[in-house]
Amino acid sequence: MSILSFSGRFDPARLFSFKGGIHPETCKFLSADCAIEDMPIPALIRVPLQQHIGVEAEPVVARGDLVLKGQLIGKARGPVSSNIHAPTSGQVIAVGHFIAPHPSGLPVPTITIRPDGEDRWGPRLPRLHPESATPEQIAAQVAEAGIVGMGGATFPSAVKLNLRAKYDLQTLVINAAECEPYLTCDDRLMRERAEEIADGAGIMAKALGVSEIIVAIEANKPQAIEAMQRHKIALGHIMRIKTVPAQYPMGSEKHLVKTLTGKETPARALTAELGVVVHNAATAHAVHLAVRYGEPSISRVVTVSGRAVARPANLRALIGTPVSDLIAHCGGLVEDPERLLLGGPMMGQPIQNPRVPIVKGTGGVLALSERETRERDVMPCIRCGLCVQVCPMGLTPFELNTRIEAGDLEGAAKVGLLDCINCGCCSFTCPSNRPLVQTIQYAKGKLAERDSRKHQQEQAKRLAEARTARHEAIAEAKRAAMARRKAEMDANKKREAEAEALVAGAVEAIKSKEAAK
Amino acid sequence: MTAPILVSGPHIHSRFNVSRTMMAVMVCLSPATGFGLLHFGWPAVFLFLVTIVAALLFEVLCLALAGKPILRFATDGSAILTGWIVALTLPPWAPWWVGVTAAGLAIVIGKHVFGGLGQNLFNPAMVARAMLLVALPVQMTVWVDPVLGGPGGLGFQQALAVTFGGDIGIDAVSSASVLSHVQSQLDAGQPMQAILAEIGNIHDQFFGYVPGSLGETSAFLLLLGGVGLILMRVITVVIPLSVLGSVAVLSGAAWGIAPDSFPPPQVHLASGSLMFCAFFIATDYVTSPVTGLGKMIYGIGIGALIFIIRSWGAFPEGVAFAVLLMNACTPLIDEYVRPRIFGRTRAGKPIELGGKP
Repeated sequence: MSILSFSGRFDPARLFSFKGGIHPETCKFLSADCAIEDMPIPALIRVPLQQHIGVEAEPVVARGDLVLKGQLIGKARGPVSSNIHAPTSGQVIAVGHFIAPHPSGLPVPTITIRPDGEDRWGPRLPRLHPESATPEQIAAQVAEAGIVGMGGATFPSAVKLNLRAKYDLQTLVINAAECEPYLTCDDRLMRERAEEIADGAGIMAKALGVSEIIVAIEANKPQAIEAMQRHKIALGHIMRIKTVPAQYPMGSEKHLVKTLTGKETPARALTAELGVVVHNAATAHAVHLAVRYGEPSISRVVTVSGRAVARPANLRALIGTPVSDLIAHCGGLVEDPERLLLGGPMMGQPIQNPRVPIVKGTGGVLALSERETRERDVMPCIRCGLCVQVCPMGLTPFELNTRIEAGDLEGAAKVGLLDCINCGCCSFTCPSNRPLVQTIQYAKGKLAERDSRKHQQEQAKRLAEARTARHEAIAEAKRAAMARRKAEMDANKKREAEAEALVAGAVEAIKSKEAAK
Repeated sequence: MTAPILVSGPHIHSRFNVSRTMMAVMVCLSPATGFGLLHFGWPAVFLFLVTIVAALLFEVLCLALAGKPILRFATDGSAILTGWIVALTLPPWAPWWVGVTAAGLAIVIGKHVFGGLGQNLFNPAMVARAMLLVALPVQMTVWVDPVLGGPGGLGFQQALAVTFGGDIGIDAVSSASVLSHVQSQLDAGQPMQAILAEIGNIHDQFFGYVPGSLGETSAFLLLLGGVGLILMRVITVVIPLSVLGSVAVLSGAAWGIAPDSFPPPQVHLASGSLMFCAFFIATDYVTSPVTGLGKMIYGIGIGALIFIIRSWGAFPEGVAFAVLLMNACTPLIDEYVRPRIFGRTRAGKPIELGGKP
């Protein structure tokens, strides 16, 4: 790459998007022209019970049970949780722990199924007629189907569909920006299933009670734009397709809303406060399947790409398919990957063990070769200010980094540490190759830990104080009771003595009377 | 299979790094440098090479003393660039030890004493220049006429004598730089019109056919290199524009009020040292503010100081002192001028939704 290619092209639309952002090499050409293929059923399926933000699901099957495709195997616990369904028919061979599809590699509760290969459907969810269904029914169906945000955030979609109760909503935005490099799953889905996505968007619009749908697609996906533009009305709602500039992180909810409406979401608030709810295109497709056909969320389109993969592809794979099976289906690896990622190269999670399964939020499996990944040599910060220029949140990453390295977490929090969205623009662009996001994430973790410890200490202190106070109160009460008893006893004694004296006096008097007689 | 590495994202990079940045600056400096070397002849070439080699040696020495990885840090190009810039600010026929001293001051005092790359408060090249201007006022103001050293000028042998033998051709010293000439004549009570007639046409000044520092004579080629830097996105347009703009506005106003005692703005703008400052010195990453508004304040400050020092100060140039003074303000500017955080007001509070529940 020459120096000049750093300059990039000028896109006038960027003047109206958001401040900052970057233009990485998208590398989408690797898989953009590969039609979605169905991934065959793997030999083993491992379905983690925690695939979403919130509380993990509760297993409702046991080892040895036979399950059918679409059968509920994990039940949502609490308001922010999600149902988990069997991706295919087969036998449950373990309900236990397996390595999480996460950099930590920690064990998570997982149901392991050995598919019988017949892929027999169990009873599906009752179909809904979205034209006549109430918003509550639609949201309940989406919750029943275990649909979560498939853009990667994995927030239970039904919770977001119920936002109409709290906010005055006008617009549903279908986020099809797909700003992460390499990923083409949403692009392909829109090209091939535009009608279904439009229908899903219409159903969600009905559930939200909004009047307008905007489908936001980055300018670098002309075929997807063309396919979606054929659908102007979705379930009676006007659907507008908006081309947004190809600029990372366009897919960030708040930045997309800023680009589309020109309005900025206040810090620490939801876009719903602006009357806008954002859902991913793949989520809209899942909603279509759930409502029209009663199919729960058991598969998704995954982009398998990177230069270490023999044949990049877009696969419709069952949730729980091991990463190694996906790569093997794509012709295996042509070289040892420097990094193996779930998700895109900007915010994706690195994993070490290719046996981990894909989950509902996994849009990509990337095996990046050494020449694609960043170098590991780090130079000192030269204060060039590029990180400040590209930060879409208006932060000063180099300053955060300096403060964190000096141990000044409070100072970092004061200059915006907690507003960081981990998009990675700063580290991407840093000429000194500094791991700014890593430092910032570390600091956030430390700060949270410190806060929770502080909270715990305060709690303990409060309990201890309450205990002492209680003990003192009891002791005080005891002392008071003793004093009262003593006073009573004294009074009694006195009364007895007086009575005796009275009796004695009387006796004396009688005696003296008798003597007088 | 070796296990893939586990590090936080992003996993890709723009591939733009420190040495590429330094390289880009050097590429953009080349036209003006080449012009200077050509016009001032072999002594300038020797001085240029000596200064760069000295800068590199001092860098290696400091890295070794600090226990830093020598190979990786010394090859990042920053020391060569510092040496290069220092050389361009020196009088072209200065003896070799001036170059070595300047490089030493820049690298050791200007950079490594503060902690090395990225840690210095002041622009190393300007530290060296200011110190030498004060310490060696004679050697630092020996200007030669570009014709003397030009292609038909001094031979290789004589040039060696000039740079390494301390044998400055006496007849060569007669020239004065444009601004110093203007200042001395003004001090002598000459009217501005007469001085302007003496210093030759503005065209020669702009293209560099005048006496001056090694690489600061051709404002045109420096401007060209500066535009290159902006196109390569190594620097933004803010600092150059605010430096040049404030000098133009202030000198224009002063000239408009008292045309007899102030040179017209084009004399300032056609001076190579101002162009050099605006595009290559003031834009130094390490010592300039990081936000757009901060850069603007910083640039305007430099421009104003340059004008003030040139008009009323003891030095006819003033670039070095103006830059150093504003360098000192950079931490302050960065503390108070921050970008607005998304979703927050400038004061840091979440923004209010106008008229919405």
